[in-house]
Amino acid sequence: MTTLTPVLTRNWDQADSFTRAGYEREGGYRALRKAFTMAPDEIVQAVKDSGLRGRGGAGFPTGMKWGFLPPSSPNPRYLVVNADESEPGTCKDIPLMLANPHVLVEGVIISSYAIRSNHAFIYIRGEVLHVIRRVQRAVEEAYEAGYLGKDILGSGYDLDVVVHSGAGAYICGEETALLDSLEGFRGQPRLKPPFPAVAGLYGGPTVINNVESISSVPSIVEHGADWFASMGTEKSQGYGIFSLSGHVTKPGQYEAPLGITLRELLDMAGGVRAGHRLKFWTPGGSSTPIFTDEHLDVPLDFESVGAAGSMLGTRALQIFDETTCVVRAVLRWSEFYAHESCGKCTPCREGTYWYKQMMKRLEAGQGTEEDLETLLDISDNILGRSFCALGDGATSPVVSSIKLFRDEYLRHFELGRCPFDPAKSTLWGGAK
Amino acid sequence: MTYEPEVRERLERDAKEIIGRYPRPRSALLPMLHLVQSVDGHITQDGIEFCAETLGITPAQVTGVSTFYSQYKRAPMGEFHVGVCTNTLCAIMGGDQIWDELTAHTGVGHDEAMPDGKISLERLECNAACDFAPVMMVNWEFFDNMTPEKAKRLVDDLRAGKDVAPSRGAGSLCSWKQAARVLAGFPDGRAHEGVPAGPESLRGLELARERGWTAPSPDEDREQPHEPVGAGEITDPPPNEPGEPIGGDVKPGSQEGRNQ
Repeated sequence: MTTLTPVLTRNWDQADSFTRAGYEREGGYRALRKAFTMAPDEIVQAVKDSGLRGRGGAGFPTGMKWGFLPPSSPNPRYLVVNADESEPGTCKDIPLMLANPHVLVEGVIISSYAIRSNHAFIYIRGEVLHVIRRVQRAVEEAYEAGYLGKDILGSGYDLDVVVHSGAGAYICGEETALLDSLEGFRGQPRLKPPFPAVAGLYGGPTVINNVESISSVPSIVEHGADWFASMGTEKSQGYGIFSLSGHVTKPGQYEAPLGITLRELLDMAGGVRAGHRLKFWTPGGSSTPIFTDEHLDVPLDFESVGAAGSMLGTRALQIFDETTCVVRAVLRWSEFYAHESCGKCTPCREGTYWYKQMMKRLEAGQGTEEDLETLLDISDNILGRSFCALGDGATSPVVSSIKLFRDEYLRHFELGRCPFDPAKSTLWGGAK
Repeated sequence: MTYEPEVRERLERDAKEIIGRYPRPRSALLPMLHLVQSVDGHITQDGIEFCAETLGITPAQVTGVSTFYSQYKRAPMGEFHVGVCTNTLCAIMGGDQIWDELTAHTGVGHDEAMPDGKISLERLECNAACDFAPVMMVNWEFFDNMTPEKAKRLVDDLRAGKDVAPSRGAGSLCSWKQAARVLAGFPDGRAHEGVPAGPESLRGLELARERGWTAPSPDEDREQPHEPVGAGEITDPPPNEPGEPIGGDVKPGSQEGRNQ
């Protein structure tokens, strides 16, 4: 049986968890002091050895990403934290920054030192006022304590950190769109290569990491790569925050080793809400193909979820019971992608637009089986042909729902309407 | 219409501070748009021209950016901007019903304000609080586990001028304009207010405490910290001066319309 492993969430129940005093009482900023006894490359090596893979969805090895920075460059190098958490279902970084912003700040300092950057940015989505206040204050406190600024703790190392608020655009979670946004432009993705490691922010070598990835660095430095790698699976090492939401008895944040299963997590969360059963779920946000109750025992690690036909993504487990219309769910996600498509490339801009038009009609029962083939055809023209992963993500719910719930689409067409009562799916309407 | 001299003076002072945070001035544009919105309540022609003049770019370039982002409003919003998440999970958990009842209750729709200027509504995309679904936001503060009744009472209380506290946020709501100023990077000193975490955020931790589950205990014999590495040992590449513009050729991502 897998058990929970609170590390980043460990102090969230302390009343002052978000203050420097509260964080240090629990051992905070010890890793920073240890980091300054190490050479930067030793830290990079430790992160590589730990097996930490990006916690923002793609799962790219963090240490390897750091290793791609050229050894020298005429331009300054930057660390940029992607705190633009907006993927539907994903809700881990926001509570993390609200309750424990100093673990992020400590991670930023150690990571910047490791990659020899003297200027870091935390790009937080703009729609979370109190989270922004907490991170702003944590950075202020770090300056006051001499953890930021010139000659940090007598190490001779200098670092400035800027907290930057976004302004409402899902696409800015895509790392190169985030850079354009941070440079003061519309947030549209850039052509790669060059990758940000070579030419990123202001053309300088840049590392962009997710909040949870950076926040995991202090624990790796403090306790060692082996300690981190002792959790998780062979290729998906360490712990991660699993976010359960929807039709579950106790939705919330569960920090566990990668490789835990939904069956285990549901057991911890009191199961699907009383009197109902699991119908479908997302393993890692709306951009990951949906699963059903057949996938309850898939280990939630990068390899196993991939082998089962989806992606681990951000461990955003959105649980839907049998009262939920899958067509309605997919319609709403399609509307989301159409709303958030930046418009730069045709497959995504036009494809998501047509998804939305068609899904509206189909959900209303005005469709035929041929429309499903058209949807799959549109999907073929988006997937792999879009400029960035937003378009690819838009195809996931459409294609996976047709694959798993074709009959439910057909039932809409037979009846000429949606066969479900949306009132039964609500928080207050679930009682049988 | 242009800004009154004292407003203009304050804007210039604030803009200068914002620009000073970044290696290149153009990076200041998003915070500056939050700044002018904190004065005008939405993005006005004056605000656009102020940003353009200050940064040495055209009003069209500023407009192009401001219209890309959904938080910059093109018309006046209410003193309390009320968002209802209608992305899939919240919608299914009741967000759709909340939205329907709230629009009927207030008589306004998406990105519209009530005539008294107190309340405006918005259909939100996912706001990263799915474990608290259905979620609403007021001036970008969290209101968790909402129902249609709670939503209507919330709006009525705000219209009646009652103090309202978010579920996870400051002790009381600030105004729409005050919120925009924080987003521009000017803290309001309220970070210490409110809970560290909502009940849902703590569920895993509480269960772990109850059952005695922890992360593996680290090796107790681990080395203690030594003296910090000296400055001379970190030489490659040379540290840059934050805040200084970076010269050189045009690099990827440094100009508009680069996808030709």
